[in-house]
Amino acid sequence: MSVARLPTVLAMLIALVAGSAVLAIDAENGFEDPALNARYRALIDEIRCMKCQNQSIADSPIDVAADLRRQVHDMMAENRSDAEIKSYLSSRYGDFILYRPPLKPTTWALWAGPAVLLAIGGFVFARILRAYARRPIDPDDVT
Amino acid sequence: MWRYALPIAAFLIVAGFLYRGLSLNPRYIPSPMVGQPAPEFSLPSLRDPSTEIGTADMRGQLSLLNVWGTWCVECRYEHAFLLELSRTSGIPIYGFNLKDDRESALEWLATLGDPYVESAADVEGYVAVDWGIYGAPETFLIDRDGTILHKHISPLTPDTWARDFLPIVREKCGSLPCPMVNGE
Repeated sequence: MSVARLPTVLAMLIALVAGSAVLAIDAENGFEDPALNARYRALIDEIRCMKCQNQSIADSPIDVAADLRRQVHDMMAENRSDAEIKSYLSSRYGDFILYRPPLKPTTWALWAGPAVLLAIGGFVFARILRAYARRPIDPDDVT
Repeated sequence: MWRYALPIAAFLIVAGFLYRGLSLNPRYIPSPMVGQPAPEFSLPSLRDPSTEIGTADMRGQLSLLNVWGTWCVECRYEHAFLLELSRTSGIPIYGFNLKDDRESALEWLATLGDPYVESAADVEGYVAVDWGIYGAPETFLIDRDGTILHKHISPLTPDTWARDFLPIVREKCGSLPCPMVNGE
């Protein structure tokens, strides 16, 4: 590839990357009212695309994600609360559809896991520090 | 003692989780709708759009609802087995034609054969969301009173049929082919 073509290629690459990011969202316009629209955006950001799994329905360009966004949009237009919309979706697709699943016996390990691991790490760290502090100062170690 | 036991225990726990994870299928997501009454729906029939097909037609008999579409490659793979089931199982199979073009769908059935008693056409996909459907093929086993007994995601094969569906069907029907119960 010649050097002269490089800027064109770069511009195309940038357009490609930037384009894919806005593609999913720009398909629909959400709500006119900014507050309602912000709520809509926040909500679809927390709902998982079941087909793509590691994307929210806000990020996914595929068809079923668009259907779920439409569902969220319609339910919001009917004045349903966020909690009602989430419980509607999780009763059909399972808790997996929510990025923040409700706290219940099957999700205790999921929610408590990080705190428990942090506590264990803190405990071990404190013990090491204490053992280190108790060690007599070795004059050769001081630099 | 603690010095060694704790890290080893931690390692074993993490290793245990990771080892379990190796044999889990991340695509397998249990449906919360199993054991629940199937959401009511009524949609235009694929064959004759002036009539409606829905949960009301499925009442009183053990039935299958199979989600399909001509855009779905795996549905083509599954089709031969559905035809076989429609001949041998004695369980009516209802089709749920998802977001499809009517002409292509009819052509598909004319070319490959029609295993369905009737197909309901969900062009917009509203009913699909209400049923927790997120792709095709998906197959629901529905009891006479409208309770969802089982949901299978991905193509139906003789193996999955024998393993996941048959035990429930036997329990509900007694013998095969499944005797029909008309009305409620």
